Amino acid sequence: MTLRVENIVFGYPGREKTLAGVTLAAHSGEVLGLLGPNGSGKTTLLRLMSGSLLPQSGQVVLEGRPVSSLRPRALARTLALVPQSASPPEGFTALDVVLMGRHAHIPRFGREGEADLAAAERAMRRTGVEALAERGAQSLSGGEWQRVLIARALAQEAEFLLLDEPVSNLDIRYQLEILRLLRALSREGHAIVLVMHDINLAARFCDRLAVLCGGALRAEGAPEDVLTPALLQEVYGVPGTVSHLPYPRFEPD
Amino acid sequence: MRPASYIRRRGFVARACEVLLLVSLAALFACLCAGSANLAFADIWEAFWARLSGREADATVELVLWNIRLPRSLLAYLVGAALAVSGVLMQGVFRNPMAEPGLLGVSSGAALGAAVAMLTGLQRTPLGFSALSVCAFAGGAVAVMLVMFVARAGRGGMTALLLCGVAVSSFLSALLSGLLSVNHEALESVYMWTLGSFASANMRDVLLVGAALAVGLLLSMGLARDLNAVSAGSDARLLGVNAPRVRLAALVLATLMTAAAVSVSGIIGFVGLTAPHAVRRLTGADHRSLLPLSALAGGLFLLLADALSRTLFAPAELPVGVMTSLAGGPFFLILIRRHRGGRA
Repeated sequence: MTLRVENIVFGYPGREKTLAGVTLAAHSGEVLGLLGPNGSGKTTLLRLMSGSLLPQSGQVVLEGRPVSSLRPRALARTLALVPQSASPPEGFTALDVVLMGRHAHIPRFGREGEADLAAAERAMRRTGVEALAERGAQSLSGGEWQRVLIARALAQEAEFLLLDEPVSNLDIRYQLEILRLLRALSREGHAIVLVMHDINLAARFCDRLAVLCGGALRAEGAPEDVLTPALLQEVYGVPGTVSHLPYPRFEPD
Repeated sequence: MRPASYIRRRGFVARACEVLLLVSLAALFACLCAGSANLAFADIWEAFWARLSGREADATVELVLWNIRLPRSLLAYLVGAALAVSGVLMQGVFRNPMAEPGLLGVSSGAALGAAVAMLTGLQRTPLGFSALSVCAFAGGAVAVMLVMFVARAGRGGMTALLLCGVAVSSFLSALLSGLLSVNHEALESVYMWTLGSFASANMRDVLLVGAALAVGLLLSMGLARDLNAVSAGSDARLLGVNAPRVRLAALVLATLMTAAAVSVSGIIGFVGLTAPHAVRRLTGADHRSLLPLSALAGGLFLLLADALSRTLFAPAELPVGVMTSLAGGPFFLILIRRHRGGRA
């Protein structure tokens, strides 16, 4: 399946256009990384892709249907978003939060069944938070809460997973574990879209990179093609060199 | 396996419901005994048996029990339950543990609507008592829309919402008092409307509030998981929740139950705040346990508050709203103090 962004324009009221005509596609079986300096529109693009923001012109199309025309329940079964800044709620355990990911799978007057509990459990195991199930969401550390949110998205069992800086709160061990997990999920047929800040981690774990700058798509393609000293200098204003073995690696001067 | 503890928690909630239900029944019997005309437990028992087996019982006991105390106690319980469920719904919708029908102006709006209907003689229309309830509902709905409109324009979050609610509530209460004061025949009912009372309870009121509560509670149970997602704040839409529609439905149900409660008993504050808060501390914020348990806790709270209000200074009677505010006011202050550290 393909999630296609077609010539999308978006601006917050009273400000310059955040995105000015971006076209991009995410495919099943692939990890797509969104790179770009602060304020380049990465998070906005991700929100537009998820349908939680509506573009001023252009459209987001999921398998031929505009995302905006899908009902929330249908959309939630196809597409999950891990937001960057969600505060943990009061009075809910980590398991409660992960089970909220099953919402779109449960009938209105129904309750979570065995399948839902099993999905939540599997998601928590894969993100390493199964031991935190009964902990209050507000008692978790930033990294634990981040992984609970990822588990919630996994529990949705959606084909498209959009993640906004999913590893920036994590230590090196969980950064690698989560990125390996996302890569494995893509090989199982999921489409993964990641907003990343760490260029080298992105180069190593993404199949394709899209670089945003000033609300426009500046470059797109395989990491080794996209990440050139000239582009990084232009986009981030940081001079440096790029080495290529085994993965593209940026070394600032 | 982890989900085992989840199943255990469900069992705990079911048991808490059973316990509260039994305690409520016991309290109901106790409240039937209490009052200026002293009825012994045996008299009550006797009267119930007599009614069941079709015999005649003591006439005084019959009168006091069936015409006065039973409707009054049942009404107090149902109004308490309706206000508590309304409180839970509003707290979920506004993501604010201090939202409550009284504080957000819904109660005063409903009381004003009901009073207008009463003074203009609308309750004597062919529609009967429902016209009064419809006006109460309209008043409550106007109040909540006004509060939401102003609070959203101000963009101040939780604090703005409460401040707007208090302002609208005071304004509408002033209109209500003024309106009733210039209508001399209605002067004595000022008391009933602004401070709350069950003194004129009858079985028709019980049926009205009972029906509103049954519909409201049943339908809100269908919104419970949606409200969890909405109140947890995470982009509810992305979890498959049609958040605007859920908010609207929850507010309509809350206004419906509040209007029914207010139209028979006047403004009774703080029930929608204290009961849900106590339950939340016991079982967490899951609306599937919060809604039914708060209904039982709110009913119990108001039943006892009413019993106290009519026995404490018997034969004089305190308005029941005075009792609940005496208990709820300090409680609210403690809640604000505790929340000062949290998000504003």
